[in-house]
Amino acid sequence: MALLTLLSHWRRHPGQLVTLMLGLALATALWSGVQAINEEARQSYARAAASVTAQSYDRLVTPDGQPVPMADYIALRRAGWLVSPVIGGHVQIGAERWRLLGIDPLTAPQGILPQAAGESLVDPTAFLTGPGQAFVTPGVNIVSDQREMPNFVPVEGIAPGLILTDLSVAARLLDQQDPSFLTILPDQPAGLPALAEVTSLTRQQPSEDRDLSRLTQSFHLNLTAFGFLSFAVGLFIVHSTIGLAFEQRRPVFRTLRALGLPLGRLVGALMVEVTGIALIAGSVGVFLGYFVAAALLPDVAGTLRSLYGADIGGSLAFRPLWAGVGLLIAMLGAWLSAAQAVWKVARMPLLAPAQPRAWAMASAKGRRWQVAGALALFGTSGVAGATGGSLIAGFLCLGALLLGAALMLPPVVSLILAGLSRMVRGALPEWILADTRQQLPGLSLALMALLLALSANVGVSTMVGSFRQTFLGWLNQRLVSELYVTAASNGQAEEIRAMLAPMVDATLPIAYAESRIAGAPGRVYGVADHATYREYWPMIVSVPHVWDALAAGQVALINEQLSLREGLSPGDPVRLTNGLTLPVGGVYSDYGNPTGQAMIALSLLRDRFDDVQEQRTAIRIDPERRGAVIATLQDRFDLPDGAVVDQERVKQASIDVFDQTFRVTGALNVLTLAVAGFALLASLMTLATMRLPQVAPLWALGQTRARLAWIELGRSLGLVLITWAVALPVGLALAWVLLAVVNVVAFGWRLPMMLFPLDWVRLLGLAVLSSALAAAYPALGLLRMPPAHLLKVFSNER
Amino acid sequence: MVRVETVSKTYRSGEGPVAVLSDVSLSVGSKETVALTGESGSGKSTLLHLIGGLDLPDKGSITLDGQEITALGDTARATVRRDTVGLVFQQFNLVPSLTVAQNIALQARLAGRFDAALTQRLIDRLGLSGMQQRYPEQLSGGQQQRVAIGRTLANHPKVVLADEPTGNLDEDTGDAVMSLMLDLVAESGAALIMATHSNRLAARFSRRVHLSRGRLEAA
Amino acid sequence: MNVRVLLLAIFWANQALTQGFSGLGTEAEGFAMPDPQHVISFPQDHGAHPDFRIEWWYLTATLEGDDGAQYGVQWTLFRSAMRPGEGEGWQSPQVWMGHAAVTSAEEHHVAERLARGGIGQAGVISTPFETFIDDWQMLATGAGLEDMTVRARGADFAYDLALHATGPIVLQGDRGYSVKSPGGQASHYFSQPFYEVSGVVTLPDGPVAVTGQGWLDREWSSQPLAEDQSGWDWFSLSFDTGARLMGFGLRGAALFTSATWIAPDGTPTPYGDGALQLTPLNHVEIEGREVPTEWRVALPVRGVDVTVEALNPQAWMGVSFPYWEGPISIAGSHTGRGYLEMTGY
Ligand SMILES: Nc1ncnc2c1ncn2[C@@H]1O[C@H](COP(=O)(O)OP(=O)(O)O)[C@@H](O)[C@H]1O
Ligand SMILES: [Mg+2]
Repeated sequence: MALLTLLSHWRRHPGQLVTLMLGLALATALWSGVQAINEEARQSYARAAASVTAQSYDRLVTPDGQPVPMADYIALRRAGWLVSPVIGGHVQIGAERWRLLGIDPLTAPQGILPQAAGESLVDPTAFLTGPGQAFVTPGVNIVSDQREMPNFVPVEGIAPGLILTDLSVAARLLDQQDPSFLTILPDQPAGLPALAEVTSLTRQQPSEDRDLSRLTQSFHLNLTAFGFLSFAVGLFIVHSTIGLAFEQRRPVFRTLRALGLPLGRLVGALMVEVTGIALIAGSVGVFLGYFVAAALLPDVAGTLRSLYGADIGGSLAFRPLWAGVGLLIAMLGAWLSAAQAVWKVARMPLLAPAQPRAWAMASAKGRRWQVAGALALFGTSGVAGATGGSLIAGFLCLGALLLGAALMLPPVVSLILAGLSRMVRGALPEWILADTRQQLPGLSLALMALLLALSANVGVSTMVGSFRQTFLGWLNQRLVSELYVTAASNGQAEEIRAMLAPMVDATLPIAYAESRIAGAPGRVYGVADHATYREYWPMIVSVPHVWDALAAGQVALINEQLSLREGLSPGDPVRLTNGLTLPVGGVYSDYGNPTGQAMIALSLLRDRFDDVQEQRTAIRIDPERRGAVIATLQDRFDLPDGAVVDQERVKQASIDVFDQTFRVTGALNVLTLAVAGFALLASLMTLATMRLPQVAPLWALGQTRARLAWIELGRSLGLVLITWAVALPVGLALAWVLLAVVNVVAFGWRLPMMLFPLDWVRLLGLAVLSSALAAAYPALGLLRMPPAHLLKVFSNER
Repeated sequence: MVRVETVSKTYRSGEGPVAVLSDVSLSVGSKETVALTGESGSGKSTLLHLIGGLDLPDKGSITLDGQEITALGDTARATVRRDTVGLVFQQFNLVPSLTVAQNIALQARLAGRFDAALTQRLIDRLGLSGMQQRYPEQLSGGQQQRVAIGRTLANHPKVVLADEPTGNLDEDTGDAVMSLMLDLVAESGAALIMATHSNRLAARFSRRVHLSRGRLEAA
Repeated sequence: MNVRVLLLAIFWANQALTQGFSGLGTEAEGFAMPDPQHVISFPQDHGAHPDFRIEWWYLTATLEGDDGAQYGVQWTLFRSAMRPGEGEGWQSPQVWMGHAAVTSAEEHHVAERLARGGIGQAGVISTPFETFIDDWQMLATGAGLEDMTVRARGADFAYDLALHATGPIVLQGDRGYSVKSPGGQASHYFSQPFYEVSGVVTLPDGPVAVTGQGWLDREWSSQPLAEDQSGWDWFSLSFDTGARLMGFGLRGAALFTSATWIAPDGTPTPYGDGALQLTPLNHVEIEGREVPTEWRVALPVRGVDVTVEALNPQAWMGVSFPYWEGPISIAGSHTGRGYLEMTGY
């Protein structure tokens, strides 16, 4: 009964209920959407790690990367070695390019396929013979072309982009009989002859640099931070709506108490109410979150692929656990938001008068606490920024900075208003300022939400903009050669260079070897001594005459990531491989590369490293003559498409990758701003109902409704303007932390900060637009209000 | 000063039309004080709101200081209200965000005829001297009504319309406020129409009219 | 991949699963069917018959070590065709499976190898006779099957044995046509039960020199079990008298038995359903199954009434399709040693 009485409030204030629900639903949606994406990615990494492609087993390969001759495989088996053949490659089916992996289930290690694959293997004969069967991740639709295709069976646990099938099918589709490599089973029989006696193949350890969950950690942390930010912004809405609804119902509470309802029952009923609302709104939020995630996932997938080479599918699985957690979060958020209001009800004296304005005034008293809290948060942020070398510390620094700024906003706005009111003359302006100051507590939560969104926006766009600008400059330095040719083998590359030498200005081999640099996996590149490098290479610091020293094999250059990670400066020794340690001659910037890298003289690389890859060649040539050279190359060598690319295409591809990388960030940015706009709308709408006693006397004293409506609108815009002005420095501070702290830890490079005032103006326009929309509705309501409605304020029955 | 001619007003509410005033006519000269009596719900407030230009009648005309306000637009009526009329309601007269001093000066300043000396005199007369910097919610009901009276008179109104200004006050306070108002209105030379259902208060007015079943009768 | 699921289906041991694939082993699939008119001839029939669905080369040996202990050794190569005939390279429909085991009273070591046909990882050559899968092999050192070497290796054991036949090859059933059910399911079946064996068995404790007797079974078919048959119990008994007895019972709606009495000179006398009586005496529990490791075996027409008992009741073959296989000792009307295979438990 008490509950019903309480609930009747919502029937009379449906707008409030909608606001509350929408706020909670939005908060839950963004939060759980981000969580769904993270979870999907995590599952993909786990799948990738579990499949053969993760190189969880040692392999036998030919030194030149060519397929393993069948005779070598049979010789190993007949010597007793348990090795299993794998035929791998890429196939183009329709518009899609797939990674194809053919395994031999008869010799493969146990558990090489996900459990589900074994279970779905209804007819193993069909897997091993005829057109065969192939496992793909569920939800993909493969359009077969003319070739004899296997039957595609969707199976949970297959990495996205992978077709897993029998060797016989792979052999047919790739037209390759010999295994691409052999997997060495972990348990071998006793008393086998040594591997070297049986085969000339090389044994490869599983490589460690593909630990995707570690590499992508920063990216996911980033997403989580955004999700959390949106959630916090959403909770601001919920908090203010619940606060208002409780305050408006104080007479009801009082009456119920006076009628003998025990306090415990009243609080209990309120909790049930809040929980019920949270459950409904949370369900809506989880539902929305699923769509947010599904909409963002392709972009996230693109980002992860381009940045880390991590493959997560473009389709989203619905996980009950995730939905449950989303609901729980909604509930916790609602309880958190309601805690203060419920606490007030619990302590409310039985005879306290209802005074909706007291609620608005109450938080004014907490202003001193706000300032203290803000200062404490700024302190925390500073300490985290100064001492922290970890991602967590970086984000703590960011979070504390943002929250502190948000807390600081109401005191700052109030200070500005006080200063203004001392300056203006005239009854109306005085009233406007005085009234705005009084309205501030009711609006401050929404303004704080807006501040969070605006500063995040300024911060992130400054970071991305700075990154992009730097990246473009760096690309121009690094990609100076006019043409890049990729040959099928080292030998063919050598032939190409020999043939081109007389026709072009220079042929520069791009040679590298996989190694462990300072203990971690990385590539060592060899560079020819050429003016191209001396003039353009994007060096950050170097010793004098570094290029001469490099050509003489006396120093190595390292990339910025390696330098920051290992704390290496010019002069420090760096270990490049067994028995080769050189002093660092210089540090160069190397954006977009998650691992360490070093450069030494080409001759030194060839001398001291096995397995030097030299298929690629950079060609300096008069751009006019590019076409002729390309034609000659394609004439003389059977080069596949894409083997010869010119500078512009490489650059464009890199820029595309870059833009792809930050697309999700942009989308989340916009979403957060939208939620903040909604928070403003919600606050203004709820306040509008309380504004009548403030406005009605002025109307009675001879102000038109139109004028008052304009004042209301202008006031909201003014507040947004102030918020934007405060958000600018906060956002720039945020950008600085992102560039100088978070980026360094997450990627290993430091970027210069650049300013983009045009973006700020655009953001202001956006903020003004959204707040104008938000303020327009209540203002319009005032404009259209019948006089009788305004008169009720003064009437006796009130 | 005030001429109400055959004014009718009907409210359309959920339960159908409510005819509140029918063919009401009233003429009030300057310096005249009129007590408007009638039972609760008889339409006293409605009539005052119409005279003050806060709402429009369905029929008939109202002339204030020679201007037929029933023929004016929203903006012009607001100007008449600002410059000619003083309003004192039963409650919520004041702007909560302004101090006592600001509230008293508000209408005069909006009308552009703020007179510091007059205002100060009014504050003294109303016994609000120590309270200029207080906010309305820090005042008692009687004090609040005194502020409203001060605000009205600080603007040199030609007509003061008061709608049961003491209805929310206890008898003693009400009487004190009432006396003060009658004195000050008399001093300012404005006409006064006040709604009340107290015959005791009505006795102190120069004229009494009674509203009953939508019609106005001399009492 | 759950290779076991795969193999259970490819090899026919698990009847229930096999029946899931409608019509497997029927003529419609294109597999050759055992033919009572077929005359077994060598060396061709030592080699593989890829048009038949299944086939095996099955050697068991009861041995005694120089440490005085008794041992049993098994070496088996199974062939199973997913389609009749051969294919090129990876496209071959033939699948090979090797099982090797060494059993003593306390230990039982098992290993398994799998290979697809067509690439040379496993196979059979008829002249000179050679069977192999990976580094396991059984090959003739002379003409025919008279002298052979056998070797295999697992994670924790190995053996290397030499075989010498002291008697002729024996055709089972009706000149090598062995009936398996009242409905007429049958296989081609012959044996070489007269091997003398010597060699070395290597166990975790070290190598042991061994000598003893060996028995080779050759069988191929396309539909060895009737639909209602769930498994079989197969006995190869070498009596101290020099005579041999091969007997099996197929457990179906009714028990179907078959036996061949082999005189010391190798002359076979086949006995049809019912002549051989098999009675389980004692069960042991292995991996949740009740397996009879002690039997009464009676062939009254030959005056045989013996009790056989497993040397190691835990001789369980925990391979792709699990079964029981191990050496037994014989007591009663006759004495001697032999091998017991039990499937479908
Ligand atoms: N906005 C309105 N809508 C509908 N009816 C109204 C409205 N305002 C007043 N009334 C009705 O008009 C009648 C006169 O009201 P009012 O002028 O306030 O009377 P009084 O001031 O004499 O008590 C009452 O019956 C009242 O219920
Ligand atoms: Mg009234």
